[in-house]
Amino acid sequence: MRHIISILLENEPGALSRVVGLFSQRNFNIETLNVAPTEDPSLSRLTVTTVGDDRVIEQITKHLNKLIDVVKLVDLTEGNHIERELMLVKVKALGAARDEVKRTVDIFRAQIVDVTPSLYTVQITGDAAKLDAFLQAMAPVGILEVARTGVSGIARGDKVLSL
Amino acid sequence: MELLSGADMIARFLKDEGVEYIYGYPGGAALHIYDALFRQDSVKHILVRHEQAATHAADGYARASGKPGVVLVTSGPGATNAVTGIATAYMDSIPMVVLCGQVASHLIGEDAFQETDIVGVTRPIVKHSFSIRHPSEIPEVLKKAFYLASTGRPGPVVVDIPKDMTAPTERYEYIYPKKVKLRSYNPVTRGHTGQIKKAVELMLKAKRPVFYTGGGVVTGKASEGLTDLVKRLGFPITTTLMGIGAYPQSDRQSLGWLGMHGSYESNMAMHHADLIIAIGARFDDRVTNNTSKFCPTAKIIHVDVDPSSISKTVRADVPIVGPADSVISEMISLVQGHPIAHPEALAEWWEKIDGWRADRHGKLYEPSKQGEMLKSQEVVEALCRVTRGEAYVTTDVGQHQMFAAQYYKFDKPNRLITSGGLGTMGFGFPAAMGIKQNFPDDDVVCVTGEGSFQMMMQELSTCKQYGVGVKILNLNNASLGMVRQWQDLNYKSRHAHSYMESLPDFHMLIEAYGFTAITVTTQDELEPALERAFADKHELVFLDVKVDPFEHVYPMQVPLGSMRDMLLSKTERT
Repeated sequence: MRHIISILLENEPGALSRVVGLFSQRNFNIETLNVAPTEDPSLSRLTVTTVGDDRVIEQITKHLNKLIDVVKLVDLTEGNHIERELMLVKVKALGAARDEVKRTVDIFRAQIVDVTPSLYTVQITGDAAKLDAFLQAMAPVGILEVARTGVSGIARGDKVLSL
Repeated sequence: MELLSGADMIARFLKDEGVEYIYGYPGGAALHIYDALFRQDSVKHILVRHEQAATHAADGYARASGKPGVVLVTSGPGATNAVTGIATAYMDSIPMVVLCGQVASHLIGEDAFQETDIVGVTRPIVKHSFSIRHPSEIPEVLKKAFYLASTGRPGPVVVDIPKDMTAPTERYEYIYPKKVKLRSYNPVTRGHTGQIKKAVELMLKAKRPVFYTGGGVVTGKASEGLTDLVKRLGFPITTTLMGIGAYPQSDRQSLGWLGMHGSYESNMAMHHADLIIAIGARFDDRVTNNTSKFCPTAKIIHVDVDPSSISKTVRADVPIVGPADSVISEMISLVQGHPIAHPEALAEWWEKIDGWRADRHGKLYEPSKQGEMLKSQEVVEALCRVTRGEAYVTTDVGQHQMFAAQYYKFDKPNRLITSGGLGTMGFGFPAAMGIKQNFPDDDVVCVTGEGSFQMMMQELSTCKQYGVGVKILNLNNASLGMVRQWQDLNYKSRHAHSYMESLPDFHMLIEAYGFTAITVTTQDELEPALERAFADKHELVFLDVKVDPFEHVYPMQVPLGSMRDMLLSKTERT
């Protein structure tokens, strides 16, 4: 099963490499990885999506917790949560396809953020499934380039991941 | 206010931290630190002949003394040479602080002379690592390094020190930090009381219980408590290789150690048990054999200070995260006054175990007959007799390591010092060196083989320099015995590169360093040679014992089998 693990990490040199290294060292999967500083400059928030059965996920969280630079973590998929990813896509937009692309962008509530005579650059946010669906819809038109941020997430309700 | 250079801070900190010995080797990036060490006399620096030996010596010192071992090496090759020893300490959870010189900050990343990203290289084999970014942070970082290395589940910590951080011209305020805090590191100090209660209930109700304890009891200094608990309950106990001696092996309740080359009765008892009480052990593959066939009828209680060790390979029914000593003492207080529910079932269980013991009695190996080559097993038994089972025994890796663990009887923890997790050839001799310096009046013997010994034999020179009187028992079968055994069993005796064709004359080699060497080839020579070797505690003596190269280590678990599936000799199996 797919899990979204959010980590508060010491904003120290090398901290990220310890997290990433752990995954390769112990043969765990990383599907997406997203990291940026938080409102507290001493902390980064790192969100990783990974796949594994309960035993593997338990090992992943335990080993992450063992890293000295990991301050706190939560498996967001254990409860209700909000999951978002941002994607920028360059698609071909020529002739009749130009209108078709525009319509599809509207259906997905995406935005065209840059235009040339032959292509659109589309910005879209949502969960990973929505982004996948948009790419599928665009495939016949011609996708030129894709940049995805990887999943970021936060728990619904009163639950807060902080010190 | 005291102003010190970074280098002087390091020397001063080591003194304030109570460090007695530091093992190392100088080089460009570490020279400011070496100069600071030269100008003080509290911390004794031992100059090894290879950085790997520095880490193994510090490791041996740490295992025998319970204090963190300290290593100082220079950047680049100095640091990379230390890697094997760091990994060895990591796998066996040994407290160690490794100070590595580094090229000056402004050169980092430029492929400067003797530059290596040692923090990157060692990342998967350290508990944590630090890079010094300003000289003023040296005392606090070093305190954190020692704190991390020696608390919770211990392990090696690397501190990378760019040369400019130790420059003699720049001085900063030095205050010894008595305490440090890390917001993300709070090792557990006691187990969950509810879980411990649950465990004790299972223990009291058990019909076929077995204690299975490991290195965590030894490093956690919980041997006394464990012995008390096991004696109160009257249960059988088996230990891992790393846990040997945590419970006296000469006691009737001890079944010896378990796993791939563990005792027949240990492995049989584990397989048939209805309750496994695992403390400070990690169910590694050399113990469990095939996990899907592991202990099919047993419930499992697992106590470990490291939560990630629990349910890693075998699911625990009652997991308890906590240090061995406090969990054990809580167990003792809960057991007190509560008799076990099924004493008759336990008696029956013991009958069964004694039956297994009797099955193998006198059949473990065939002693050599007059005129035949000596067997390694009987050499270790003779060693045990001559040293009254009281020596510190270090080993290298291979058949001799298994024989030492099988045939020397250990009644105390920290007496068998062996690279159990990583299996590092070359570990034994420098480790013995580190122990002997801490316990100069005890017998310290390195049981080794001619293959392993040659990996670190340059340390004879270090022993000469510091007058280190270790004994070296070289079980010389002129082959890489364990490799050869596997080739016999799995490759139709095609002995690919397991034969040592051009061995040195060890006798002459040892004498070249000015030490005593004794060559032993017959039974009659064996005990007198051992007596002679141990006559003077402060003399290094090397015994080159020619042993039978055809001998195998048994029992040996059958690959992919259960605990009880064992080869018992070249012709018998369970």
